[in-house]
Amino acid sequence: MFELDTWQEILDTVRKNKLRTFLTGFSVAWGILMLIVLLGSGQGLSRGVEYGFRDDATNAIWMRSGQTSVPWKGLRPGRNVQFKNEDYDVIREGVKGVDHITARYFIRGTLTVAWHGETSSFDVRAVHPDHQHLEKSIVTEGRFLNPTDVEEHRKVAAIGERVKAQLFKSAPAIGEYLEIKGVPFQVVGVFTDEGGEGEQEKIYIPISTAQRAYGGANNVAMIMMTVGDASVDESQAIATDLRMRIAERHDFDPDDKRAVFISNAVVEFQRFVDLMGGIRLFVWVIGVGTLLAGVVGVSNIMMIAVKERTKEIGIRKAVGATPFSVMSLILKEAILVTGVAGYVGLVAGVALLELMSRSLGESEMFRNPEVDFGVAVSATLLLILAGGVAGFFPARKAAAIRPVEALRDE
Amino acid sequence: MEGSGDAMIRLSRLNKSYPMGSSKLHVLKGIDLSIAPGELVAIMGASGSGKSTLLNVLGLLDGYDDGDYHLDGQRIGQMSETKAAGLRASLLGFVFQSFNLIPFKTAVENVALPLYYQEVPRRKRNKLAEEYLDRVGLADRAGHLPRELSGGQQQRVAIARALISNPKVILADEPTGALDSQTSLEVMEVLRQINATGVTLLIVTHEREVAARTRRVIRLRDGRIEGDGPPETAFGPPSFAPAAFAQASPAPLAATPPS
Repeated sequence: MFELDTWQEILDTVRKNKLRTFLTGFSVAWGILMLIVLLGSGQGLSRGVEYGFRDDATNAIWMRSGQTSVPWKGLRPGRNVQFKNEDYDVIREGVKGVDHITARYFIRGTLTVAWHGETSSFDVRAVHPDHQHLEKSIVTEGRFLNPTDVEEHRKVAAIGERVKAQLFKSAPAIGEYLEIKGVPFQVVGVFTDEGGEGEQEKIYIPISTAQRAYGGANNVAMIMMTVGDASVDESQAIATDLRMRIAERHDFDPDDKRAVFISNAVVEFQRFVDLMGGIRLFVWVIGVGTLLAGVVGVSNIMMIAVKERTKEIGIRKAVGATPFSVMSLILKEAILVTGVAGYVGLVAGVALLELMSRSLGESEMFRNPEVDFGVAVSATLLLILAGGVAGFFPARKAAAIRPVEALRDE
Repeated sequence: MEGSGDAMIRLSRLNKSYPMGSSKLHVLKGIDLSIAPGELVAIMGASGSGKSTLLNVLGLLDGYDDGDYHLDGQRIGQMSETKAAGLRASLLGFVFQSFNLIPFKTAVENVALPLYYQEVPRRKRNKLAEEYLDRVGLADRAGHLPRELSGGQQQRVAIARALISNPKVILADEPTGALDSQTSLEVMEVLRQINATGVTLLIVTHEREVAARTRRVIRLRDGRIEGDGPPETAFGPPSFAPAAFAQASPAPLAATPPS
């Protein structure tokens, strides 16, 4: 009964001091709102960056050939560099730290793909079996290409799920023969890829088969490899090693950046990891600052509120209030107001994030702005605690004031 | 009366001083006083004579340095604020010059407040509060806020608040100080009626008209009791002092304006 009565007394006080309640509540709600929007935006930004890397292996090195741009050992610049199967072999056998490796051969001309009269055009990639690890293809039916396919120049193909859906509709695809640019290939597997619909519209065939079937000799367009869990420095050493070997085999200046293009995802990924770390740090610094400003604001208002209530406290004490009851009145009020306001701020912040998320849509740089619930709740609790602590000291002081001081005529 | 065991209030050689920077201001200098239950006493004195300090000590609103204070048979020594609060709640009621009502509470809520601290259920205390408001003639003002009431009405609300906890002693500090003379008389009438029910009543005042309506006048001067007796003997012949704001001091020329 008395407990309920206490809360009634507090609610009464809160109701009848609307401005004070509003100011305290507003600063708490605003602080929490800003914090949540901030943390959520940081999360959205970092998710956007992560999304950019969802598709491919983050420990990959890709190598494309170019044109020499400086003279070398009496040879003129402007020569095309053409990778060969031997380059692939040399790297696979000779370069330390290479985990999975594949070459790619580009088939010339339009790539019409037909099955039972259904004709369509898809991107066909001629690769080694390890390509699966580089593109992070996920086999859903059958198998991916294997080394035997390459060795024996088998006419087999792994197709993306959307290829299957477009050509075969709901019919089984495994074992069926596709005609790719007039050459029949047997489907041995279906795969999906988290990289999106585009990546699921690919067809993979053994590189050796493609070179033979489409007149590619032993030419290779690009060589891609993963480097295990190599560090940034290790991956850069590998890239240098690659450049030296290719330069030696193709007679160009190892420093000629235009003769061969090497892109190192380890370095790129590290850059993004650093960027995400930076964003996270930035968000936290601002967040802690916001929270601190909120704490100071709440403390300030609590101190002024208690000061303003000195006389009221004196009256309460004169009619029999104990110091404890005075303190508990002020503290409970502080906790009630900050608690309710904190909750309002929390809900409003989450709603605002949801709104942001909807209106911005699925962009590459900003995805799913969302706040960690635990963080949001602990921030709210922290502010409530701050309100309590901020109220505690002036409340204790007020409770200790002799009523005669408090009641002294102004 | 002196030294009797059943006095409501008994002070012996009570001293009280306030620190003033490095020195001390000695306010009460060895007060000896005994007040029986049911008395109606006025405490008079010039500004700075120590009359308000005495009332604060008596009301457990302030401590004292040495001497002895017995209230309703209990010795009041150094005690915790919590214990003082308990005694205040059960024995004492206060009426102040500036009314000291809580501005955001209605008349009935103000009157009921002491019972809140005695853990009386809300409905019961509000009902009681209405009864006490009725006793001071304000039954129709129960739902009004203090600022919607006149000074005299506010003071009557404060009196009802002092009464509701059924105290043995009511201490009134200049209860008419902020009121015009007509209202002062009305408020005094209310206080006299309360005293008639057996409540011990101490009124600090500097108004002769107020003191004249009590049955015992204690005059303080410089922290000492200078005179103690019925009102008829406390003042000189009526022609000596100007009517309204005369000082209780027997030296009219030394009179200072009211505080």
